[in-house]
Amino acid sequence: MREIKATDITKIVRDLCIDANCHLPGDVKEAITTCRACEPFPIAQTVLGKIEENFQIADTDNVPICQDTGLACVFLEIGQDVHIDGNLKDAVNEGVRQGYVEGFLRKSCVKDPIDRVNTGDNTPAVLYIDLVPGDQVKITVAPKGFGSENMSQIKMLKPSDGLQGVKDFIVKVVEEAGPNPCPPIVVGVGIGGTFDKAAYLAKKALMRPVDERSENPFYAELEKEMLEKVNALGIGPQGFGGKTTALAVNIETLPTHIAGLPCAVNINCHVTRHKSAVL
Amino acid sequence: MEKRITTPLTLEKTKDLHCGDNVLISGVIYTGRDAAHKRLCELLAEGKELPIDVTDAIIYYVGPAPAQPGQVIGSAGPTTSYRMDAYAPDLLNIGLKGMIGKGKRNEAVVNAMKENGAVYFGAIGGAGALLAKCIKKAEVVAYEDLGAEAIRRLEVEDLPAVVIIDSEGNNLYEQGRAEYLSMEK
Repeated sequence: MREIKATDITKIVRDLCIDANCHLPGDVKEAITTCRACEPFPIAQTVLGKIEENFQIADTDNVPICQDTGLACVFLEIGQDVHIDGNLKDAVNEGVRQGYVEGFLRKSCVKDPIDRVNTGDNTPAVLYIDLVPGDQVKITVAPKGFGSENMSQIKMLKPSDGLQGVKDFIVKVVEEAGPNPCPPIVVGVGIGGTFDKAAYLAKKALMRPVDERSENPFYAELEKEMLEKVNALGIGPQGFGGKTTALAVNIETLPTHIAGLPCAVNINCHVTRHKSAVL
Repeated sequence: MEKRITTPLTLEKTKDLHCGDNVLISGVIYTGRDAAHKRLCELLAEGKELPIDVTDAIIYYVGPAPAQPGQVIGSAGPTTSYRMDAYAPDLLNIGLKGMIGKGKRNEAVVNAMKENGAVYFGAIGGAGALLAKCIKKAEVVAYEDLGAEAIRRLEVEDLPAVVIIDSEGNNLYEQGRAEYLSMEK
């Protein structure tokens, strides 16, 4: 049994919060640059150029790429041969608190959804814990902005809706979102499981690099097809028109019930942020 | 070609702005988003005076990140505007002439814009680091308790934006997409 101190987790979460908010992942940067080169519509090219300029400023000046530094979504993959010394959830929240306060990140968390008083330090984190084989802990911090989160949808499709139902739903969600979620977007899709698991899969799909297709050949093809379909909508960067509506469609699936076909679409903006570390 | 505009944003100026125009905004503008709008409209409903004069003013829908040492303001890009749709007509009806945000507006807002000769600008969503560089001065003038959502008085220089909906109701989100799709045919 390997011992890991909770305080070590705090330090890593703190640093990941700051790093994720100021430095866009390389795959997302590359996708934006590639799309700009392939974009035939002039205003769309201009917008993508400004988006590139923005993430370069954030890199150089160590400032947040976007003022919405998100709810702090923290994914923990904990090896089953690890013992955490101390309170794990408190350690993660302390890391978020330190990262958001010391990193000059915006505090966007309200304590109660109806009463709406800001917690002042962006805690608590939205915590996802998975138990995996081994003796390591993988920590991923993915700050989630709500301009795009608000445009996400879930639908309990019928088995008879089938593949076509899934395709139609994905296109519908992107079309209804239009300019609101700051396109070019990344589309996370979760199919199967239960109502809640489909939404979790859609969120998890956003953690996958935009240049990495599903390991399942069928879903890898579906991802490519859906990217073409949503880009044929013509919404374009910022909704001003153009080819580049989405950078990627990432699909994750799970077995489901004989009576069901849950489908969740979680949208992320072009600032699709996540940074990981392994302890 | 960009059009330079300076606040106050008078009726004369808004009439000259058309859907799709690239503009550079300079002068004083105010920030306000969900919670501040709710409070402003509650004051209006009670017949009380507002903490800011919205006549010929521009409100920027933004909740900036905190300033780092040596910065005027932290990253400051637009938030999604439809959440202010419930409140915007009341402010337009008492003289507000410009809103900066991103995303769609509802029919009530567009109608109030047409009636009052106002303009809806889009700034690039997610470009908070770039846009912050155009803000030369920032001070909280109301609702400090709201933190990022407080109303700030900003002095901006050449803040880049695009006219999304003009005072006649023409809409770039509709026209831009249609233009791209017809080009692709």
